[in-house]
Amino acid sequence: MLAAAALALVASAAWAHAFPDHSEPRVGSTVEAPPPSVRIWFDGQIEPVFSTIRVENSNKERVDKGDGGVDAADNRLLAVTLPPLPSGRYRVYWSVVARDGHRTEGDFPFRIK
Amino acid sequence: MRALHSVVALSLVTGVVAAAATAEAHGMAGKRFFPATLGIDDPFVADELSLPTVQHIKRPAEGDSPATRETEVSGEFSKRLSPNFGFSLGGTWRALDPDEGKSLTGFDNLELAIKYVFFKSDPHELLLSAGISWDVGGTGQRKIGAEGFDTFTPALFFGKGFGDLPDALDLVKPVAITGTFGVSIPTRHATKKFNTDEDGNVEVEREVNASAAQWGFTVQYNLQYLQSYVRDVGLPAPFNRMIPLVEFVMQTPLDDPKKAGRTTGTINPGIIWFGRYVQVGVEAVIPVNDRTGKNVGVLGQLHFYLDDIAPQIFSWTPFHGVLGPTQPR
Repeated sequence: MLAAAALALVASAAWAHAFPDHSEPRVGSTVEAPPPSVRIWFDGQIEPVFSTIRVENSNKERVDKGDGGVDAADNRLLAVTLPPLPSGRYRVYWSVVARDGHRTEGDFPFRIK
Repeated sequence: MRALHSVVALSLVTGVVAAAATAEAHGMAGKRFFPATLGIDDPFVADELSLPTVQHIKRPAEGDSPATRETEVSGEFSKRLSPNFGFSLGGTWRALDPDEGKSLTGFDNLELAIKYVFFKSDPHELLLSAGISWDVGGTGQRKIGAEGFDTFTPALFFGKGFGDLPDALDLVKPVAITGTFGVSIPTRHATKKFNTDEDGNVEVEREVNASAAQWGFTVQYNLQYLQSYVRDVGLPAPFNRMIPLVEFVMQTPLDDPKKAGRTTGTINPGIIWFGRYVQVGVEAVIPVNDRTGKNVGVLGQLHFYLDDIAPQIFSWTPFHGVLGPTQPR
């Protein structure tokens, strides 16, 4: 019975803490051309009011356009647009609150060749 | 004895009063998720249920006791009383199948514990806590080795993730270590056993109940951390939520005239998978030396995150209300 209950719980689609599923640019990747935006898809629905995203260069200066937020058509997608950026190392900082109240935050690097 | 019980009660009350008002749910420090490990106790407090934890191993012969196949099925309920303070209640059913003689089954003593997280750093993914556990003597069955006296084990716990390392060491960032060091203190220093031989002579055998250092640590590599924060290496489910780990579970008798300083323990390599409501773990149990044994055992656990399953019920606390799964910053 315990095993059946566990399997039922495991089969649930979402996570209590919303963790990133994948992103563009990919976590830790090197891209050839400056990306027009940073987009992160999460494995659960996230709250627009409490979710933030920003991009910094290697000098800790914010370089995104400040228009980051949860996508209106897809509440698992957090995105921010970027101006044309020079080559270098960048880091994306995000913070989201899942629909059930869990807060998750993190950051990841990417590089423009 | 009453004095020791009073100390435990006082510690519990003091802990409740002293608990700070900000903390998060199970095993989070910054972006680091610490799973509940199978072999050693965790550095965090949580609303969780481990049921069942199953271990099977063959113990070596010792003195007059033959080698014995031992199977344990245990459960533990953990509950926060404040964001940083919690208690747990655990029980174990044990089956002993010796090479010679009849098999025995029965319950071991109940174990109560309290724990207080006194330091937490999100940027450094660091948790420090202290606690005391109480093996309640006389609540289990003597035939399977349950002691008739209480044993208290004060202990310190730590958890540290390496996400604060420089980017040049990015593949090391998913590594975390947790550990504990405690001393088990029996409330009865020696137990007398009365053996009667065939002629009716009574022989008194004195068995020392030694204090022992209970220590151990884990080394973990969190693949979710790797994928989400360091480098997307393209791991598909379920591998992207797995944590390969090795646990070192040790004990060193301190004041036993025959065994003092002779460490026994196991090295447990395994994997934990964590999901929304549950985690599942399985480990091999490898004796660290001949004193511990020569046979490899197995350890498995099903673990429920109660604060995620029913936060209104299981994350309720007497002084802070419903904590919820995670406290907002």
